[in-house]
Amino acid sequence: MASVSTNEMKSGTKVLIDGDPYAVLENEYRKPGKGQATNSLRVRNLKTGRVLEKTLRSGDSWEVADIEETDMQYLYNDGEFWHFMNPASFEQMQAGQSAVEDAAKWIKGEETCRVMLFNGVPLYVNAPNTVELQIVETDPGVRGDTSGGGGKPATLETGAVVRVPLFVQQGELVKVDTRTGDYMGRVGK
Amino acid sequence: MTTPTAGWAPRAALDTLKARADLYRAVRVFFDARQVLEVDTPVLSRHATVDRHIDSFSTADARGWLQTSPEFAMKRLLCAGSGAIWQMAKVFRAEEAGRFHNPEFTLLEWYRVGFDHHALMNEVEALLRAAGVTGPTFARMSYGEAFDRHAGIDPFTASVDALKALPEAEAFADETDRDVLLDLWMSHRVGPRLGRGTPCFVHDFPASQAALSRVVDGRAQRFELFWEGLELANGFWELSDAGEQHRRFTGEQAWRAARGLPVPPLDAHLIAALDHGLPDCAGVALGLDRLLMRLLHLESLGEVLAFPADRA
Repeated sequence: MASVSTNEMKSGTKVLIDGDPYAVLENEYRKPGKGQATNSLRVRNLKTGRVLEKTLRSGDSWEVADIEETDMQYLYNDGEFWHFMNPASFEQMQAGQSAVEDAAKWIKGEETCRVMLFNGVPLYVNAPNTVELQIVETDPGVRGDTSGGGGKPATLETGAVVRVPLFVQQGELVKVDTRTGDYMGRVGK
Repeated sequence: MTTPTAGWAPRAALDTLKARADLYRAVRVFFDARQVLEVDTPVLSRHATVDRHIDSFSTADARGWLQTSPEFAMKRLLCAGSGAIWQMAKVFRAEEAGRFHNPEFTLLEWYRVGFDHHALMNEVEALLRAAGVTGPTFARMSYGEAFDRHAGIDPFTASVDALKALPEAEAFADETDRDVLLDLWMSHRVGPRLGRGTPCFVHDFPASQAALSRVVDGRAQRFELFWEGLELANGFWELSDAGEQHRRFTGEQAWRAARGLPVPPLDAHLIAALDHGLPDCAGVALGLDRLLMRLLHLESLGEVLAFPADRA
């Protein structure tokens, strides 16, 4: 197993701590002029998102986590797993509930998603930054309101609920930023 | 100047490089007025420090070492009767890189015959005044007081287990060397709180951390200067006992060997010089890059270097 020494760890380095994959956020080297050197690492658990601080003896190492990021096309959900396909090799993979926790409410099929693989298994699925989805349910808006201020909740075909301006109607296709959950505009208008 | 992001371009701003030149000029004027002799000693030596925590760069043929400080050569000059001497030296320390470290840096090192470490602290303060530091008289406290005030522990009596209670010591569960644990407290708790507002001298170190200083009543006659949590200088009332120095060197070599670290050849010339006789003196090494960084209120050492290691 490859390992990485404290002096090689930088922001983005993926390491294995107690069997879990982590991403290094910060690495601070400290050393009294005539004393023991340490590296304090801020690391984020890639499974739970939890951030830890760990101090190592300078020169010590961690195992490198087998993390790979690849673009995959979302195919379908069978009720238990979400199925993805590598568009180059046509290889298919299934992701569990925890991996799609954030992405599930934005994808309906055929979207290209950034998938993080840990030991070859999907660990986390990023929805595309923007998606276009149809509104399946929203209250009829107040005629004449075009300001977008206030707004109303609208349920999209994937189940996500976003706030849309009052003039946006049921059945319309809207563009949404998945990172913020914000409505960006109507599609084709 | 140019796009600071380009790899060939200097990292330090032009104004910073001018401030560095001003600092160098102030240092020359300071020592010239005090009739301290400027000297120049080799950067490349056949010997190296054997300090357990300082790693030297060696040449490809493994017959030469880059100095980690000009201390040994300057002491040989003192033994030869130079009197008070100073120099600005480029020094090199392997494995040292970070926000406050660069593998190559500039030390201002000087020795004063007839001074003890307290007299030398006065002169360090005077030099920093000449370099532009203002404000009240620098604080002074012992190593024990610093730990009591900022960590709530007695560094001389605390048990090894108590020292390991520090969260940052988690990776040091097997450590048996209490000085290593004290270093963790120093770099993670005590040091960052020292010299806030006004620079602060810490003196009277544990005898086990004497390095090249003499030990009196169980305390190393050594000091460090901190400014805004950053260590700027380390000084000694110098050990002149050749036999004791030789024992310390071989002790450090054994410590390194036991841990599988490189064991450089100890400086036999220094031992022979001490045997010839070192005048009673005190000496100090001050990191000029760090001083400049604090003077200019910059956040990292790279900002005061024309070409830090990643561009050198």
